[in-house]
Amino acid sequence: MRLRFIMGEVWNGLRRNSTMALSVALVTFVSLTFVGAAALTQMQVQQLKEAWYGQVEVSIFLCPPGALDDNCAEGAVTTAQQDEIVAVLEEGNVADLVQSVYVETREEVYESIVAADDSGVYAQLTPEELAPVLRVKLHDPEEFQVVADATAGLPGVQSVYDQREVFDDLFSLLNSATILAAALAGIMMLTAVLLITTTIRLSALSRRRETNIMRMVGASRSLIQAPFMLEGAAAATGGALMAIVGLWLAVRYFVEGWLTGSVAWVDYIGRDDVWSVAPWLIVAAVALALVASLLTLKRYTRV
Amino acid sequence: MIRFDNVSKVYTRGARPALDAVDVEIERGDFVFLVGSSGSGKSTFLKLILREERATSGDVWVAGRQLNRLSNWRVPQLRREIGAVFQDFRLLPNKTVYQNVAFALEVIGKSKRDVKATVPEMLELVGLAGKERRLPHELSGGEQQRVAIARAFVNHPPILLCDEPTGNLDPGTSVGIMRLLDRINRTGTTVLMATHDDEIVDQMRKRVIELKGGHLVRDQDRGVYGLETV
Repeated sequence: MRLRFIMGEVWNGLRRNSTMALSVALVTFVSLTFVGAAALTQMQVQQLKEAWYGQVEVSIFLCPPGALDDNCAEGAVTTAQQDEIVAVLEEGNVADLVQSVYVETREEVYESIVAADDSGVYAQLTPEELAPVLRVKLHDPEEFQVVADATAGLPGVQSVYDQREVFDDLFSLLNSATILAAALAGIMMLTAVLLITTTIRLSALSRRRETNIMRMVGASRSLIQAPFMLEGAAAATGGALMAIVGLWLAVRYFVEGWLTGSVAWVDYIGRDDVWSVAPWLIVAAVALALVASLLTLKRYTRV
Repeated sequence: MIRFDNVSKVYTRGARPALDAVDVEIERGDFVFLVGSSGSGKSTFLKLILREERATSGDVWVAGRQLNRLSNWRVPQLRREIGAVFQDFRLLPNKTVYQNVAFALEVIGKSKRDVKATVPEMLELVGLAGKERRLPHELSGGEQQRVAIARAFVNHPPILLCDEPTGNLDPGTSVGIMRLLDRINRTGTTVLMATHDDEIVDQMRKRVIELKGGHLVRDQDRGVYGLETV
């Protein structure tokens, strides 16, 4: 009986204040879309880190003939120097960090340069003008600096290059995007709380006659407050559902439909990730509404 | 049923008390008129009983409860034992007569079957049988007040508080309302009625409590409205 009564009141309230309920739903929609986007961006960052850091190599460039660098003052790298460098990696102090060392020969280096070159400029080179490159795979890519320090000064090493540097720029960009989305989400959430507070207050004022009668005949405070809280929660949940649909559509058509086709070398988040964020968005919506209710109702529906 | 032990109520510190050291006891089944001019403390007296306000000092006892010590969450239980009727009826304009009365039962969690059994009985008692589907604005003032009384009494509370129930009604209609309240009183319900209506008080010859400037100045069985001026 009470449940039916409360539900009836909630329905009446939503119907009578439909524009306010809609505005609550919309502002919640926008704020939770930002929250969800921030979460999905972070998931994407984590996914990329896992996928790429596993593949990155440390490249040790050896001195080619005629190099002008100080490191290469003694001329092109000799076979003995090369063996010495490999020995340091495979048997020296850093051996336990190194997973494998692959020596890319002059010919292989030449082929990969020419293959990647559309302009034809590099085709004029010959393999003899190049030096081999040591591709070093690490157990933990984060230990790059230790390996770099151990090899950078060795005779015959021109430079040590960590591929992570390329990704780190991308990751810092994505992290900034997450922070921006989170900051906007924070502001929007605050707006949502304030708007829901106002809505509940108006709703409580417009139903003062009812609530006064309810108080008078001995309705409990929870029964008097429940319809208002549920109204706010229902409108906010509506917003959360819209946000979920919005994120789903964005992932489905923008990420899966377009990005995957045009920038194919990246492993993207998918619709499954939207479903894993979805319950939290609903929890956040209900929490927003409850916070707003607690801020308001104590004052407007006193016993 | 209702007892005030040396009760005072001060709204703002330093101001004249709205009630000043009032001692009074109302027994179960009494019919009592509470009279006095505006500002004499009648409303405060009723608000203390309903626990809308707390006494500044002294003890208020209602239906076996000491209200100063009653925690907030128990107040609804107290109010279920007090029916309240007001000068302005306080009906819900978009609910029918039946729904207005049923509302009081629904919000305290009565079953649908209880509501269906009790509401028509109550409308019969107040003389509104056949008008269940009317909206408040389709009724006369007297009829609206009967709806309000039905709502206040539908839960059969042991106490009925009436704040100027005839204040908006013409004398003929008022007599009907008083007959109804008298009938409710005869079922054993304690009725406390604040009023300005001297004719009614003089006709009914019930107990009269008079307040003046927050003091209890008269408590008289079978009294009349303005004894002091007679």
